[in-house]
Amino acid sequence: MTTLLDLCSLVRSKNAGPFTLTFDFMCRDEAALDALVAADVLTPERFAGLYGTRPEDVAITVHRHARAVKVSVPRPVVQGAIYDNDSYAGQQYGPLMDLEFSVPEDS
Amino acid sequence: MNEIRILAPTGALGAGFDLEGFERGVALQPHVIACDAGSTDSGPSALGSGTPKLSDAAVTGDLRHILRARAALDVPLIIGSCGTSGRDDAVDHVLDLVRSLSRADGAPLTVGVAYSGQSSDALGRLWDAGQIRALPHAPSITRDDLTGSSVVGMMGTEPIEALLEQGCDVVLAGRASDTALFAAVPRMRGFDPGLIWHAAKTIECGAACAVPPSANSLLATVRDDHFDVRTLAAGSRLTEVSVAAHTLYENAHPYRVTEPAGVLDTTEATYEQVDEQTVRVRGSAFEHAQEYTIKLEGARLVGHQTVVAGGIRDRVVIDRLPSLVPLAQQYFAAKIRDLFDDAVDPDEIDISYRFYGLGAVVSGTEPTPLHADEVGVLITVTAPEQRLAHDIATFVAHASSHLPIPEYEGLVTTIAYPFSPPEMDRGPVYEFVLNHVAAGVEPGELFRTRTETIR
Repeated sequence: MTTLLDLCSLVRSKNAGPFTLTFDFMCRDEAALDALVAADVLTPERFAGLYGTRPEDVAITVHRHARAVKVSVPRPVVQGAIYDNDSYAGQQYGPLMDLEFSVPEDS
Repeated sequence: MNEIRILAPTGALGAGFDLEGFERGVALQPHVIACDAGSTDSGPSALGSGTPKLSDAAVTGDLRHILRARAALDVPLIIGSCGTSGRDDAVDHVLDLVRSLSRADGAPLTVGVAYSGQSSDALGRLWDAGQIRALPHAPSITRDDLTGSSVVGMMGTEPIEALLEQGCDVVLAGRASDTALFAAVPRMRGFDPGLIWHAAKTIECGAACAVPPSANSLLATVRDDHFDVRTLAAGSRLTEVSVAAHTLYENAHPYRVTEPAGVLDTTEATYEQVDEQTVRVRGSAFEHAQEYTIKLEGARLVGHQTVVAGGIRDRVVIDRLPSLVPLAQQYFAAKIRDLFDDAVDPDEIDISYRFYGLGAVVSGTEPTPLHADEVGVLITVTAPEQRLAHDIATFVAHASSHLPIPEYEGLVTTIAYPFSPPEMDRGPVYEFVLNHVAAGVEPGELFRTRTETIR
């Protein structure tokens, strides 16, 4: 099985302003980016389930030059609100690092 | 060849930077030095309270080096989002620091100030005219939410350009688009807007796009059909990928960056390694918007907070927490009514527990529940007044450390508190209110400028 750390040299979550939570998946090389896309692991449904939103509110973009996939979702709790756990949103990617998935062989 | 060189000393004024790298940039004779001093990234407190995130000592330290370089080069220095929030009082505070440094230096300095604070009246007029528009994921707001909050508008290049046209040596801007600080002078000289805005976006965080990333200095050189970005600190490199990747940083969309006058689109941009420190970028585009929009940021007071921190090691206690916390909450509500003789409504008091180790970090749903042998406890009590938050926290801390554990027959202490007393008053707490723009405004309409010469 494959994990994100096998394919990515950096996975991070950040605020994109106080109302948007954004994730960057920086791949080790182009083959890793292809594998990540082919594995179909970064899906709207997965992010909607993890971060309490609707699949149609999950924005996913592949950035070839940056060898990266970007995912943005509405922030589950607005930054700095009294129930917010992570002001910089810097640890919100954590559960994703536990994912195990398979990569199709022809990717 | 027609070119303009823009020096970014640091990713954030007060963050510090490698001085040798900065001097290398100064030696390359930049036409302008620009620097961002604020962000919403550290939360609503700076905008709500006016208190900057970084210390005066740190900001003064950076300013001393940058002002000295500016004087030697005799080029404009632009600092935006002064004092973290860009509130008027935060801008004036940075102006005071500049005054002190400049007077000690002896040479006269003309400073232009662009204020971005928004009055209740101005906001009310925009609301009534239907010019307040929600951005994606915005909270729904009322007119009172808008006019009752501490609000700044995020300026574009225009107020900065107006001050530079008046001959200012230094521009201190309130809340400003980070990129506008770097784009203003190249725009005045007529360079290609796509290249200008992409170059500005690339260097606005300092060497955040370098390998290794840092807050150190970068230089952008914009020419007719490309720009070069160069990292300046020794041992720092840029790669095609590291530069391309920077448009992802703290941005919802990797290719599109919205500015007051339009959108930077880097979809067609190409990246070419020139040498280890330099990457060349071509093909960036800027789409001019139909109407000018100013992003508004607003924060307001939520209450005052007292916090209690501790830990639990006994697995019997840890296992009982899900059933004990609701009981404790009921007890607290009754105790508040009793203790304050119904003068305090328990619904106005928020008492929350975070259990670190059991899922207190992610704001969402963990795919599988977490388990821990040792659990960190953070209790927050939020109330309209600090005294009230404190008084309630004293009995919340006491009761939380004596939770009734069904398995145990005698009195047991259920939380380890490292501090005496365990309660810590945290002061006022704020929340963000707005994710909105003022649409269809003139570029300078929401901002006020003035100049002064420091002698």
